[in-house]
Amino acid sequence: MNKVFASADEAISDISSGATLMLGGFGLNGIPENAIAALVRKNIQQLTCISNNAGVDDFGLGLLLKTKQIKKMISSYVGENAEFERQLLSGELEVELIPQGTLATRIQMAGMGIPAFYTPAGYGTEIAVGKEIRDFNGKHYLMEHALHADFAIVKAWKGDTLGNLVFRKTTRNFSTSMAKAGTITIAEVEELVTPGEIDPDAVDVAGVYVHRIFEGKHYEKRIERRTVRLEK
Amino acid sequence: MALDKYGIAKRIAQELRDGMYVNLGIGIPTLVSNFVPEGMTVIFQSENGILGMGPYPVEEEVDADLINAGKETVTLIKGAALFDSAESFGMIRAGKIDLTVLGAMEVSEHGDIANWKIPGKMVKGMGGAMDLVAGAKNIIVAMMHTNPKGESKLLPQCSLPLTGLGCVKKVVTELAVLAIKDGCFHLLERAPGVGVEEIVQKTAGKLIVPEFVPEMQIN
Repeated sequence: MNKVFASADEAISDISSGATLMLGGFGLNGIPENAIAALVRKNIQQLTCISNNAGVDDFGLGLLLKTKQIKKMISSYVGENAEFERQLLSGELEVELIPQGTLATRIQMAGMGIPAFYTPAGYGTEIAVGKEIRDFNGKHYLMEHALHADFAIVKAWKGDTLGNLVFRKTTRNFSTSMAKAGTITIAEVEELVTPGEIDPDAVDVAGVYVHRIFEGKHYEKRIERRTVRLEK
Repeated sequence: MALDKYGIAKRIAQELRDGMYVNLGIGIPTLVSNFVPEGMTVIFQSENGILGMGPYPVEEEVDADLINAGKETVTLIKGAALFDSAESFGMIRAGKIDLTVLGAMEVSEHGDIANWKIPGKMVKGMGGAMDLVAGAKNIIVAMMHTNPKGESKLLPQCSLPLTGLGCVKKVVTELAVLAIKDGCFHLLERAPGVGVEEIVQKTAGKLIVPEFVPEMQIN
């Protein structure tokens, strides 16, 4: 078994134009920085990107927007960047907005082998149009489908060569579910270790879900809103 | 006098009870965490995966791996727990979160809320708002009574695209505290020095006004 790749460029080398990608992260928190840079270098086009947000003008998925490599975004909250807005209003970019919990659960269900589920989120709103509505115990629910992707690309704190992943703080966000939902899952990690160095009790994503892993370089970990207080 | 945003947050903080798990939206709702009554333990949830969100960090504590749903750097309290988005919204939908406080563009007398989209303007998305209003046990809206044009935001029907149906239980504005029940707004309290007439005039939806309307107690 060899899941280890030497670089981001090698790990993404077979992703071609028109692919559907899931990219982990919440805002700029826990995004796969190295893989995004490699996708920009590879310059593949017409991508459908499933990600909670669309980055900012000059970082995260904003980099792929700037180079016009994204055809469609599937997200819950977008528009932290001007280029995104410009492409959306000019019709160059398609956007599908999904309630955040529905998005998370649609991804999670894909990793659990469940094709559809019912959620109360969006009942009575335009999100419900065209969807099956059912009542359970007097409450209304919409049927939503599992959301799959050709490739899921996530960033973890540590990973071992068998693909087991450990995350830090709020970087789990969408990444742990996406890692389980990709037809092929690519994980970049800050530190790649040998099997045994990660406590089995601490594993967030089991190696079975992860097909490719590489150690990323030079993490910038840009902060979107640095908020501080003055005193302890 | 009408309340400022801190006054609104202080009044909402009076709705907190010991042991509550609470999700606060962006803007005025976030300020509520500054006014938790002394001696009370309230656990704040952030939907990107935190239970036990603490205050902003001091400069040396800033950690790029730790943010809230508003993408701001935050800290964890002792006893915090971290998880992923799927689990976070699981606990929201399953009714484990006792109270959600969020802003709104419009609220109807039936408790419908609109807060995510203005047709014809750039749409940024609903984020977690639709899941929160469909799942939390109690929803309080913090907002101004009127929009910048001076039009009432408390309406018979929402005119903007809805976020959720029949879910808002209480609204706190710069002028009043109102409950929503049986298809009407019920005036519970008025801001210090604000007259009932002003509230009546600025509320477009059905409004029930009791004979005596107490002033909010804000310090």
